[in-house]
Amino acid sequence: MIARLYDRLTIGQKLAMWAWLFLVPAVLFYCIIRFFPTFHSFYISLTDWDLLNDPIFIGYDNYGRLFSDPAFWQVFGNTFLYLGLGTPISLVISFVVAYYLDQVRFMHGFIRALYFIPFLTTAVAMAWVWRWFYQPVPIGVFNNILSSLGMEQQPFLRSTTQALPAILAPAIWAGLGFQIVIFLAGLRAIPDSYYEAARIDGAGRWQTLTEITLPLLRPTIVFLVVISSIGFLRIFDQVFNMTPQGDGGPLNSTKPMVLYIYETAFDVFDMGYAAAQTVVLFVILLIITLVQLRLLRAK
Amino acid sequence: MKRYLATLVGGAVALAASATPSAAQQIEIEYWQYFFEARVNAMDTLIERFEEENPDIRVVHTHFPYADYRTRVAAAIPAGEGPDVVQLFYGWLYDYIDAELIQPLPEDVFPAAEIEAEFFPMVQAMNVDGQYYALPTAVRSLALFWNRRLFEEAGLDPDTPPQTLDELVEVAMATTQRDGGGNLTAVGLTMGMTAQDHHWWREVLVRQFGGEPYSEDNTQVTYNDDAGQAALEFYINLITEHGVSDIGFMDEPQAAFRAGRAAMHIDGSFRLGALRNSRGLDWGVTELPANAAGERYNFASYWVNGITRRAEGERAEAAARFLQYITSPEAMQLWLDVVGELPARQAAALTDDNLAHPEYGPFIRGLEYANATTFVAESQQRQMMVDMIDRVLLADQTPAESLAEAAEAEQTLLDNFYVTH
Repeated sequence: MIARLYDRLTIGQKLAMWAWLFLVPAVLFYCIIRFFPTFHSFYISLTDWDLLNDPIFIGYDNYGRLFSDPAFWQVFGNTFLYLGLGTPISLVISFVVAYYLDQVRFMHGFIRALYFIPFLTTAVAMAWVWRWFYQPVPIGVFNNILSSLGMEQQPFLRSTTQALPAILAPAIWAGLGFQIVIFLAGLRAIPDSYYEAARIDGAGRWQTLTEITLPLLRPTIVFLVVISSIGFLRIFDQVFNMTPQGDGGPLNSTKPMVLYIYETAFDVFDMGYAAAQTVVLFVILLIITLVQLRLLRAK
Repeated sequence: MKRYLATLVGGAVALAASATPSAAQQIEIEYWQYFFEARVNAMDTLIERFEEENPDIRVVHTHFPYADYRTRVAAAIPAGEGPDVVQLFYGWLYDYIDAELIQPLPEDVFPAAEIEAEFFPMVQAMNVDGQYYALPTAVRSLALFWNRRLFEEAGLDPDTPPQTLDELVEVAMATTQRDGGGNLTAVGLTMGMTAQDHHWWREVLVRQFGGEPYSEDNTQVTYNDDAGQAALEFYINLITEHGVSDIGFMDEPQAAFRAGRAAMHIDGSFRLGALRNSRGLDWGVTELPANAAGERYNFASYWVNGITRRAEGERAEAAARFLQYITSPEAMQLWLDVVGELPARQAAALTDDNLAHPEYGPFIRGLEYANATTFVAESQQRQMMVDMIDRVLLADQTPAESLAEAAEAEQTLLDNFYVTH
């Protein structure tokens, strides 16, 4: 019966059937582990749920609360500060490094490996090492250097203005290796003939860079901007491990949205409110990614 | 989703447990606590002894990392899985009762009058509407650790720790060390609300300066007055006026003390184990300093064990017997020896041996004048203390303003909580 049904299918239908059969594990995985929780969190965001008792449906109250919560707006601002500083700085540094590394022949592989190692290191271990770097004397490296040069100690993580950049620095450093390798691949993919043509036409270094290298790197840049933006919007490990008790302090000055969501969910056990923040973060990520793709892919 | 996953995990655990052979008619009950090595070892020993005395009961001991503990308990019990006897922080009691996770203790096995006569008074917080819901094995209190070597270096008697707040300031000033640039290299007293200082401030300093941290029924914040301000100023002046410390020195207070870079440090009895293993550190421990009038206060906290709704009929009876055993004087002494946490029964704690013990003594004496804060959300309430200090030190607020802001934030938290409880 089944065999006869199978025989009646066209080759195209058979191929499609087999394709779907092999896709089933992946599709099931995404539906159960990814999509279901995502859509379920939309529902949770409309409830008041402390995990212990049954969720109570409260409509859009959690969203109303978000708008009047000063802490939420502060972490919202912090998140965009991480993004606004992190993405351009890390892209410029990694491009400059990749650009010059591309021209270096001496120990090229070794230097590239050195840049890549931080990317392989656990974020938690790295965050703690940097946390100690930033300590006041007698243990902090940076402050020991400053004070041996006769300069005043800097508070770094104990300052409401310095703490966020101080936490961002290791996050940028950790991502550099990945970005450099991608940039190098992008640079290598540009055909030599373009550069030869430019040289024959008498173009200078700067002109070559802006007229040939950067435009041809556009797909690479698009990819890295999107990936690193998402990364900085979701920054968590560094902040959680570099602030005392993972509180995103001092005075919330380093707390990103993801940490606020985590606290709301797993310290306060206010699942509905946490889910509402998650939905907001999801929408922000979606919008930013779509806008970036549109802007950078134009032409 | 987490909930379903946890249920799955709970189911798997139950399956695995039922697969092991058990004697006929043996009742099996499950005990859950969070993972802390010494506690797990102590409980294993207690279970072994209990099973020897009660061959008809088998206790399955399950533990989870602290981070997952609450989530798993919350997911398992409503699903009909999980523990019959469960450990919880005393501050979670109302949540657990509201969520119908635990049931009142049977009055015939645990008569209220007996509990009130034999346990330290703070355990009465486990009595809700006339019924006891949970009992502790052990309690913790605070004391002042001091570093003998740093006392000697400052020309002080290494065996005479400060006994009053004034002496504390004097000794701290004498033992603070700075380098040529004026940077702290050793503090007189470790400070930071992220460690135990928020308990010291709330339950000890506020009272010593003549105030009360909370109203009798715990629904009102009452530290926003002159006493509270005096207590806050005393605390902050240690940094700003006396310069004996700084927040975040050596990253964490206990790290500074262990590294021999702090002359004094306030911490709980649970720190004893770690300090015993610090080589080269010559330390002593004494009671928290009294105020000028000689008044002493302390803060105590504890983990309790309750019987869950899951335990019914003969399981409930077995659970009660097990709970009775792990809150017996014998179990408490074992807990003290293995974990270093103090017995919750006065008779077991206040033995001559324990009181005279150079390490446990100060903590046990502290229990007699200790209060337990009725937290509604401990980590948030601690964060409010952290921010209260930071607003003065980093954001140029006056202590009075910052105190008022902290009191208001905490009152809002309490109000939101008691609306539904």
